[in-house]
Amino acid sequence: MTPDMKGFLILTVLKMVVVFTIVLVGVALLTLMERKVSAWMQNRRGPNRVGWAGLLQPAADGVKNIVKEETFPAEANQLLFILAPAISFIPALLLSGVIPWGAPINVNFDWNLPLIGHASFHGPMSLAVADLPIGFLFILAISSIGVYGIALAGWSSNSKYSLLGGLRSSAQMVSYEVAMGLSLIPVLLLAGNATFSEIIRAQQQGLWFVASLTLSFFVFMVAGFAETNRLPFDLPEAESELIAGYHTEYSAMKFSLFMIAEYANMITVSAMMATLFFGGWDIPGRWDENGSALAGLVTALVMFTKSFFFIFLFMWVRWSFPRFRYDQLMALGWKFMIPLALAYIVVICVAMWALGAAGIVHPKIQGLVLLGLNLVGIYIVFFLLDRGRLLSGSYRRQAAAGARG
Amino acid sequence: MTEIVFYVLAISAVLSAILCITQKNPVPSALWLVSTMFALAGIYVLLHAQFIAAMQVLVYAGAVMVLFLFVIMLLNLGRDGGSDIKKGPVALVATFLGAALVAALVAVRGTSVAGLADRLNPGVVAGSPLGVVAGGDVQSAASFTNAIGAVAAPMFQTYLVPFEITSVLLLAAAVGAVVLAKRKL
Repeated sequence: MTPDMKGFLILTVLKMVVVFTIVLVGVALLTLMERKVSAWMQNRRGPNRVGWAGLLQPAADGVKNIVKEETFPAEANQLLFILAPAISFIPALLLSGVIPWGAPINVNFDWNLPLIGHASFHGPMSLAVADLPIGFLFILAISSIGVYGIALAGWSSNSKYSLLGGLRSSAQMVSYEVAMGLSLIPVLLLAGNATFSEIIRAQQQGLWFVASLTLSFFVFMVAGFAETNRLPFDLPEAESELIAGYHTEYSAMKFSLFMIAEYANMITVSAMMATLFFGGWDIPGRWDENGSALAGLVTALVMFTKSFFFIFLFMWVRWSFPRFRYDQLMALGWKFMIPLALAYIVVICVAMWALGAAGIVHPKIQGLVLLGLNLVGIYIVFFLLDRGRLLSGSYRRQAAAGARG
Repeated sequence: MTEIVFYVLAISAVLSAILCITQKNPVPSALWLVSTMFALAGIYVLLHAQFIAAMQVLVYAGAVMVLFLFVIMLLNLGRDGGSDIKKGPVALVATFLGAALVAALVAVRGTSVAGLADRLNPGVVAGSPLGVVAGGDVQSAASFTNAIGAVAAPMFQTYLVPFEITSVLLLAAAVGAVVLAKRKL
């Protein structure tokens, strides 16, 4: 092995360990945060007994789940019953490896290490474990594997509630995967690349894609909620109808693996929203490109803040909205999200062709033109086409009730 | 190193395929098929065709097989056991096709993985899986930018007409399925 290869491997293993640790600790803290946010929204205190302000609650939960008795339902398919939590847990953790968590850092070392030998690395090091050439396609592909965990958990439990939960999840995830994939095609068109680092660069040169591709962001966000099985789309575990859906029969650590997978998926989807539509680690002003460790740290903090906002949004939505009915969920996906995403691809294609024909090549001006187009699109979609179904529905009903009373 | 990775993936692909067709219960059978597809995706990555690998996982493992599983679960197949594989002429045809495949394998023996990757994708340093996974820094990611373009260019330029005809065929299949499923349109 060449020294360069060794240096690369050392750095990669180091990045893996760091990202893995941060994600798992983050998941533990997110379970606490979820309970604190829900308590705050419901005017309660939340967990406040274990540790200072309840900070050790995740640890207590973990210990409890490990020492708890594992139950197996009779007639369950033992092997698949044990495999299912792992199948939903592993893809969820794999995904965090491809997201660039900060600006590339210049690394220069040339060491002679014991056991390993001569290792060296020169040049910028991406803060993603692997900045894959297929970028977000990898995330779409691997996250589509997570559905097996839920579907198999439902099937192998040999319980009707679990089975219904598993069925719902496989139908829901496949439907919303289509919308999610279609909503990312405009990103691909504008950035010309699926690699995360190149998408961030395209956003640095032009505007953040949330401005130039607002409707894509909307579709992606809704599909993200559905893909992570979070309220208002948590039909696979709807407790009012299915007890606890696919994990009804699970207990102890196997149950908590499902929870860890859910929170890890939340982190990934939030980080994806930040990276694809909010410039990733980008700080407007271009000073973050010098490759110093300080710039890497600050951009990582910016990326963290952006992702954290979306994680908070997930929780905010969970404790604010009621659950969709199953047919409403499917109708929203197939009759609204997918046609919207398809129409939006056509609009963006035509707009890019027109911009090219008009000779407007400066990315910032292109972005501003697209932003103008998006404002028109938002008005058309949410106010003209909506006609009281999605956004303005409750508001109008309230007004009508007020007029009557 | 490439060879070792290739043989691990190849053996797991063949083993999963055999397990897929020998299982009695349809759910594990479907899962072994997913495992085969994963191993194939790994082999595509070794051939520097990352886009095809992603599509393999996204479309086949992630969507098609989930729908298979959905149907198996919906009909609740395999709870009572028993297999409905037909004997007789079907077995004869299967034997013939299997023999043809073996003959094809014998015909292409002696082709190394690295050589094949080089022939398919001459721009990339063959035989270095690290070059594929490396993407560790910005330059190397940028040098692989044509991961998608390499597939898109022939598909939408050279072979546009066959591609469109295939999509019409798929559309016809989808329309046919709807017509068959709905008694009243």
